[in-house]
Amino acid sequence: MEAAEIHAALRDKFSDKISATDEAAKDPSAVVDGAAIREICAFLRDDERLRFDVLNNQTGVDYKAEGYIEVVYHLYSYEYRHGVVLKARANRDEPVLPSVEEVWKAANWLEREIYDLLGVKFLDHTDLRRLLMPEDWVGYPLRKDFVEPEEYHGISTTRESLLR
Amino acid sequence: MSLVNSFSQGVVTTTADQFLNWTRKSSVWWMLFGLACCAIELMQTQGPRSDVDRFGAAPRASPRQSDLMVVAGTLTLKMALRTKVLYDQMPEPRYVISMGACASCGGLFQLAYSVCDGVDKVIPVDVYVPGCPPRPEALTEGILKLQEKMMTETWLVKRPTVEAHA
Repeated sequence: MEAAEIHAALRDKFSDKISATDEAAKDPSAVVDGAAIREICAFLRDDERLRFDVLNNQTGVDYKAEGYIEVVYHLYSYEYRHGVVLKARANRDEPVLPSVEEVWKAANWLEREIYDLLGVKFLDHTDLRRLLMPEDWVGYPLRKDFVEPEEYHGISTTRESLLR
Repeated sequence: MSLVNSFSQGVVTTTADQFLNWTRKSSVWWMLFGLACCAIELMQTQGPRSDVDRFGAAPRASPRQSDLMVVAGTLTLKMALRTKVLYDQMPEPRYVISMGACASCGGLFQLAYSVCDGVDKVIPVDVYVPGCPPRPEALTEGILKLQEKMMTETWLVKRPTVEAHA
């Protein structure tokens, strides 16, 4: 299925929840309502014409100036060999999105990573803990306004360069 | 009067310190502690072509049986605290080789938010092996350098480091 057809199928089902689509980009994408992301994902997985059976990747982007964090879902269908990108936006001050873990189990760690690095809280996630950073870390390193702490448990985070 | 050559064949003379150091340096058991790509070279070093076993260095799976910790790879802040725990579990005398650019100073990832730039910020390091990653020859040289250091130690007088701990 071409991107335009996939987007049309999405619009048919969730007309009011799709705010923008881009078919010209290399990875055609659709901006969807964050609150409905789980229903949209379940539809994309289960619909006979679409069958998006795998979540290739799930990442987050911090748009500080615009005031939101965008979580990007890369979906792929092994059956029909087509892909689509979904983008869901969450308020930057208190980013909350429904988890898609019950749609694709692969989302478990991907959402933990986004929670770890960008601070997006995923509702109904079974195990929302930090994935890469230490458990007692403060702050979200991939936020544009993140400031690296001077030290962590007495370990300084800077090192004098011999070259400078 | 010198004792050298005054005994029959098969008898050698040495000092107690030298003898102790020689036995210790000939049996350096190092802890398996691969953190990144350096670990691949670490495995090669212990493999048949480089074979550090000929210098008495053998891998152990537990810090409690090890004399040497080879920190092989990028040390994240999350791992840094655990590294300290592992080091504390090793019986004294214990040694640390910092293998590769990452373990020595953070290397390529020095400016990353998650990386501890240098294992020497957490535990004392005896030998730094440069490289990214160091070849097995380089790590073998590092172990030989460590053996040289071991041979200079004295045991009949108390070491300053031991006093510092007491």
